[in-house]
Amino acid sequence: MSEPREHGATAASSLSKPAPTPVAPTLEEPAASGARGPLGDTLLEVRGLQKHFPLTQGIVFKRTIGHVRAVDGVDLTLRRGETVGLVGESGCGKSTVSKLIVALERPTAGSILYKGKDVARMGGRALKEYRREVQIIFQDPYASLNPRMTVGDIVAEGWAVHDDVAPKKGRLKRTQELLDRVGLNPDYVNRYPHQFSGGQRQRIGIARALALQPEVIVCDEPVSALDVSVQAQVVNLLEDLQDEFGLSYLFIAHDLSVVRHISDRVAVMYLGSIVEEGTDEQVYASPSHPYTQALLSSVPLHEPHLRGQKDRILLQGDVPSPADPPSGCRFRTRCWKAQDVCATEAPALVDRGQGHPSACHFAEARMVVPVDAE
Amino acid sequence: MTAMGDLKRRRIDELAARAGQVPEGEGGLSLTRSAFRRLRRNPVAITGAVIVVVFLLVAAFAPLLAPKDPLTQYLLSEIRPGSIPGSREGFPLGVDNLGRDLLSRLIVGSRQSLLIGVVSTLLGAAVGMALGVLAGAFGGWVDSVVMRFVDILLSLPSLLMAISISVLLGQNQWALMIAIAVTQVPVFARLLRGSMLAQRGSDYALAARALGIRRSRIVFGHVLPNSLSPVIVQATLSLATAIIEAAALSFLGLGDPDLARPEWGAMLSNAQAFLSIRPELAIYPALCIIVVALGFTLLGESLREALDPKFRR
Repeated sequence: MSEPREHGATAASSLSKPAPTPVAPTLEEPAASGARGPLGDTLLEVRGLQKHFPLTQGIVFKRTIGHVRAVDGVDLTLRRGETVGLVGESGCGKSTVSKLIVALERPTAGSILYKGKDVARMGGRALKEYRREVQIIFQDPYASLNPRMTVGDIVAEGWAVHDDVAPKKGRLKRTQELLDRVGLNPDYVNRYPHQFSGGQRQRIGIARALALQPEVIVCDEPVSALDVSVQAQVVNLLEDLQDEFGLSYLFIAHDLSVVRHISDRVAVMYLGSIVEEGTDEQVYASPSHPYTQALLSSVPLHEPHLRGQKDRILLQGDVPSPADPPSGCRFRTRCWKAQDVCATEAPALVDRGQGHPSACHFAEARMVVPVDAE
Repeated sequence: MTAMGDLKRRRIDELAARAGQVPEGEGGLSLTRSAFRRLRRNPVAITGAVIVVVFLLVAAFAPLLAPKDPLTQYLLSEIRPGSIPGSREGFPLGVDNLGRDLLSRLIVGSRQSLLIGVVSTLLGAAVGMALGVLAGAFGGWVDSVVMRFVDILLSLPSLLMAISISVLLGQNQWALMIAIAVTQVPVFARLLRGSMLAQRGSDYALAARALGIRRSRIVFGHVLPNSLSPVIVQATLSLATAIIEAAALSFLGLGDPDLARPEWGAMLSNAQAFLSIRPELAIYPALCIIVVALGFTLLGESLREALDPKFRR
């Protein structure tokens, strides 16, 4: 499971170079593998993304009594062939970010630039092309497949809109190839979703996303609903597909070890905004934001001899309501380092000398979890 | 990587070998077919279905089944104040206050009762579902307008509304059907709208949107088919209430004025004057109404169980 990986040229963010013509991944001729090496140009750039859901009162005459700030200022960059992990606890806005990125929700403010073009301003053809190139895999494999459609119809559905991806004649064969590629028996095309297990259903969901030959796949907690043994299979499948087709993943999860395994870079989210970002080495070995440190200290260690060395950080209180977030730093209500400045001034997500960006006035790298054999 | 590829290939081969042994019928079992299979194994469903089918057959072949003419006053001469002849040779259930054969009247009366029930439920379901689809598919202000209208319908007591409508439209059997249908409309509209709204936010509908599928295709191809089960169940249950309501309206004298068509509710209404002399005159039509309603209810409830995903194995 744990193979050492190099992370070349990840720290510096480069947006300057124009994109070379993309190689569309196809089943017949896989793109040059080894996408793990030096990373490509920027595909997706999220800047100051906000999504506020209005809270309304009244039936006929609705009035807005407030906003839930589900996403409140998120910056992310995703390069070709790269996997960016987005972690955070339930309700911190991870899934809203994923829905915003695949244009299922409209952002309140901020921008999502795909190959330099603003997704919110896309319409008609541009949006259709965007949807082909940026696909999504959902968390719950039991809810994400239409129970009344056969597996073949589910996988092939995208071609009804994007008919240029697969010629009408060879669609059944393509569907079977896709099922085979994600590790399912190609003869299952006429079966219905309820005849499959959770892991198999998730593979169907992956095949559906893959059918459009996307460049980016947003994985919204793709393994959280699965058994641990099946999680490993699905994560490995995702890695194989990335190597084969040169895919980029935005991998959203709350399981820190899964994210660490698959990600090149990791962003930690708390209450609608990113608190720390860096390569997985930086974030896991030298976390500098108190929230990241607390989060990492809660991960159970599988090595018995390491268990005594971990200092467990217990946070006080609950996550504040996103409808009424605290002033200044979002995390100050639960932070042991909080001082007066934290209530008045929101810390920017910048490098304060710890080697990677962190949104804390008192950021300080600190090893929380002994890193061993990883 | 190659070792893993080998492993994967071997696993696929194994799966393929095992798939070859799966019997033909197992290939793809759709939800509808598996629901039907569960329904067939449920004794309650069978009981309900048998009752419903028996009554439908009786209604269909009523003229052949009825031993006597339901309108001829055979024993009028034997009727005295305070005494109506009971069961006897040729009249197994006796005669009514005008000397007509009760059994034949019950058999022929099933036609009218079932017809009113079925037609008014179909009508109510069609209009209600149209409103529900409108509200559920568009949402927003369309939803608000449609649902407020439905709420108004729902706020009036259904029997009171049925009475006012049948008075308004005049006394004939179509007025009766429309009156009952109107009381059914809000139930279907609310039900379909609610389940469509729930399905519209489901992950597979979102996935279809993310694929770029058109909205009409998502509504009619994904959302609507998955929202229909509660409506089908409700339709079955509504048949029972429609028959009871038809009987109630007839009982109140708002039913079909055509005396040539016997009807259970009208028979019941007729019998109340003679309740102390011959209670059977009221008991038999009431029993028919109860048993038919029970049959539809049993069928509807077991349909609900069969279609409920929670009961799926």
